[in-house]
Amino acid sequence: MPSEAAMQVHEKAQIMDATTIQRALTRVAHEIVEKNKGTANLVLIGLRSRGVDLARRLSQCLKQIEGVDVPVGALDITLYRDDLGKAGRQPAVRKTEIPFSVEKKRVVLVDDVLYTGRTTRAALDGLMDLGRPAVIQLAVLVDRGHRELPIRADYVGKNIPTAKTEQVQVMLQEEDGVDRVVILKNTDDQ
Amino acid sequence: MTLKRKDLLTIRELEPEEIFLILETADSMKEIASREIKKVPALRGKTVINLFYEPSTRTRTSFEIAGKWLSADVVNISTSASSVTKGESLLDTGKTLQAMHPDVVVIRHPVPGAPKILADRLQASIINAGDGAHEHPTQALLDLFTIRERLGRLEGLKVAIVGDISHSRVARSNIQAMRKVGIEVRVAGPATLLPRFPEQLGVEATTDVEDAIADADVIMMLRIQRERHGPTMLPSLREYSRLFGLTVERVKKAKEGVLIMHPGPINRGVEIAPEVADGPYSLILDQVTNGVAIRMGLLYLLTGGQRTER
Amino acid sequence: MRLLITGGRVIDPANGVDDILDVLVEEGQILQVGREGQGSGVRGQGKKNKKPGNQEPSTTNPDRVIDATGKIVIPGLIDMHVHLREPGREDEETIASGSAAAARGGFTSICCMPNTEPVNDTASVSEYIRELAQKAGRVNIFPIGCISKGERGQELAEIGELVAAGCVGFSDDGKPVADAELMRRAMEYATMFDVPLLPHCEDPSLSAGGVMHEGRVSTELGLKGIPSAAEAVMVGRDILLSEYTGARLHICHVSAAESVRLIREARARGVRVSGEATPHHLILTDEAVRGFHTNTKMNPPLRAAEDITALREALIDGTIEVIATDHAPHARSEKEMEFDYAPFGIIGLETALGLILTELYHSRLLTLPMIVERMAVNPARILKLKHKGTLAPGADADITVLDPDREWTVEERELQSKSKNSPFIGWKLKGKPVMTIVAGQVVWETT
Repeated sequence: MPSEAAMQVHEKAQIMDATTIQRALTRVAHEIVEKNKGTANLVLIGLRSRGVDLARRLSQCLKQIEGVDVPVGALDITLYRDDLGKAGRQPAVRKTEIPFSVEKKRVVLVDDVLYTGRTTRAALDGLMDLGRPAVIQLAVLVDRGHRELPIRADYVGKNIPTAKTEQVQVMLQEEDGVDRVVILKNTDDQ
Repeated sequence: MTLKRKDLLTIRELEPEEIFLILETADSMKEIASREIKKVPALRGKTVINLFYEPSTRTRTSFEIAGKWLSADVVNISTSASSVTKGESLLDTGKTLQAMHPDVVVIRHPVPGAPKILADRLQASIINAGDGAHEHPTQALLDLFTIRERLGRLEGLKVAIVGDISHSRVARSNIQAMRKVGIEVRVAGPATLLPRFPEQLGVEATTDVEDAIADADVIMMLRIQRERHGPTMLPSLREYSRLFGLTVERVKKAKEGVLIMHPGPINRGVEIAPEVADGPYSLILDQVTNGVAIRMGLLYLLTGGQRTER
Repeated sequence: MRLLITGGRVIDPANGVDDILDVLVEEGQILQVGREGQGSGVRGQGKKNKKPGNQEPSTTNPDRVIDATGKIVIPGLIDMHVHLREPGREDEETIASGSAAAARGGFTSICCMPNTEPVNDTASVSEYIRELAQKAGRVNIFPIGCISKGERGQELAEIGELVAAGCVGFSDDGKPVADAELMRRAMEYATMFDVPLLPHCEDPSLSAGGVMHEGRVSTELGLKGIPSAAEAVMVGRDILLSEYTGARLHICHVSAAESVRLIREARARGVRVSGEATPHHLILTDEAVRGFHTNTKMNPPLRAAEDITALREALIDGTIEVIATDHAPHARSEKEMEFDYAPFGIIGLETALGLILTELYHSRLLTLPMIVERMAVNPARILKLKHKGTLAPGADADITVLDPDREWTVEERELQSKSKNSPFIGWKLKGKPVMTIVAGQVVWETT
């Protein structure tokens, strides 16, 4: 989640570090194998951009567990957002790169934070436009609550109760040079 | 980074960063063309009007497809089918259209500056799809996109533009665009069809086509429209073809693997030999394909911008 | 009716006057110009035609005393080049509205070009115009007659009849006389009446389709250009024909450096040629066209910086003797068109003096006497307007009072002209006519 540019925020607490993130991903990988009874027809599709990094890490975990390469794709949901053209500037569109057919696949969508559910809704629409998967499941590193749509995750790295005024920021080595999850709080709210 | 404007009227007004933003956005859009279901909901509920005062197939179709793939409602108005022929002024036509609340009006018009008349007065975003001999910004953008897609870069390249430079909006927009991204441009054509002050455009002009294309990475041929500039500019198409046509022999004298572009429609055998137009280094069809992606990118970027009330 | 204008700096180049003086006006004529103070030291006896002899001038009991302290009192300005649109396009300008615009602009006399509908190629049209001018009662209007019937460039108009009906010059303005033979004969014919020809110099084959100056800016904008040569070629032709026929030639709205060169050379060898420049050609370049505003579209077009330099030099050295406006009103609906489709021309009567004072006087290129020569004295001489362009006793009491330092903004709503097609709206100017007097009557006054 890009932080609101001008808003004064400070870090309230660190929720996860490199070790706990890796531990959570390993557990989620195990759960995926268990729930899907193996990795047959399994594909991981990460949501741009940190969801893609997490999908790649999950794929590595699955390789260690099952010894197979589970394909990873990248989905950009910008064009499916429900707030386009509503306020301010258009968000940047990035590439959707899914180098395989999703037809009849068991798709695990991977995102960093599950919050309102709107991103997941957009991702489901985007995915459906690409084909008809057999199953779509959702894996997130953090579930922070406050759902606005009837959506829930199949795999959760960590549940974090938050206030709506707070932000959860996932930082990953690939994008941010560090692995950590923090809660940011609006300074004005102090 | 975002487009800082309501309208796209000229390349001249664009910052290089804006050009790159449009290219990046188009790059992301291009994937949609490869899908089985070529539609995304981004512009659902938006209305795009194609207002064409000149006949055009490819540009109008390109905008229409771009709008439709983004789920916009696209309406085409061409001169023969509207009140234009009844003598309604452009401004009145614009006001009438505005009353129907379009989000974007794409206009092609034979008079330079005509899109600005709409842009100055309408709330809708105006996209210039060619105004006389002035500019054709989306063509230049798709040309840059196509060159970058093939060569992986733009800066430092050399491009030769050959043909009727002085009456060409494609040349004017491309020269602007290319210079903004660091491409060196040379133009070549008959003395009657070269601009009188090429340095004003920031290019070198020559009447020696072989000299112009000698070390070019890309050769862009322009369509010769003899019917447009009358009989005093060129004695005959045959002589033009002999002096300036891009033949296999001329291409051989240029750099190995030089890329060939043409905004279309082509006069085969006049400005370009069929073997060259259809050859392995021809980007002519890529230009058409990429035109849709560029226009999708633009429609997307312009429909999100903050509307200043007027 | 007696009028005393007191305390102003009187500039009357025709009589070598430039001093703080009083001007006394009676019965529509200048009675006397003299030293400050009532009835004292008036130099120069009145040479009034009606009352010759040793009349004792007196400044006692004027009906109105105008305090012109700090102002400039000059012979009324004369605009040789105005389009009044009546008859035919009264929606754009009428003789009455054009007269009001002239009065506001400090002009006491204007010449109206013949390209009305119908064109002024017969005495009846000339008489009609003069009649309406009389009714409007604001400023003097001198019609310019057509060179050719219907301005079609084929047959000579009845120049003799038109002279008799009050035409003071001849032009097919708006259109060039493309046929050299016709121009030659028009010149020969005009010598019989000693009236000047005022050609609009443009080679139509070189300018065809053009909408702006062919130069650097047109290269960028893709608008079709009108090369300077389109004008200069014709200026050259007409100078040669004038030299051959001996006719008096006054080149309208000179815009190109090349034309200036030709006129200068011709004058040096004694050709009877004069020329005029418009304020807009002296001030704006083709750069102004960049926004595609159609109020920058006129013919001849706004040219390059080099041309402005040449025009200004010519205005200073006298090669170009006259500043004229080429006031060309156009309806808003016609100007609010695509650049190619909009008509050529801008209004100029109400901004001319302010622009010239701001751009040429305050920048010290022209002195006030030089401006008076170019906007009053020389037009009167070229057109042989009797008792105009001078404040000599006995002259018509056409007087302009101007405040050279008055700062003002050109406001659309204040324009008296029916049309508002000016590129100068919103401009802040320094220097303004504050009172216009025609035949001893105050026809415009700024409070």
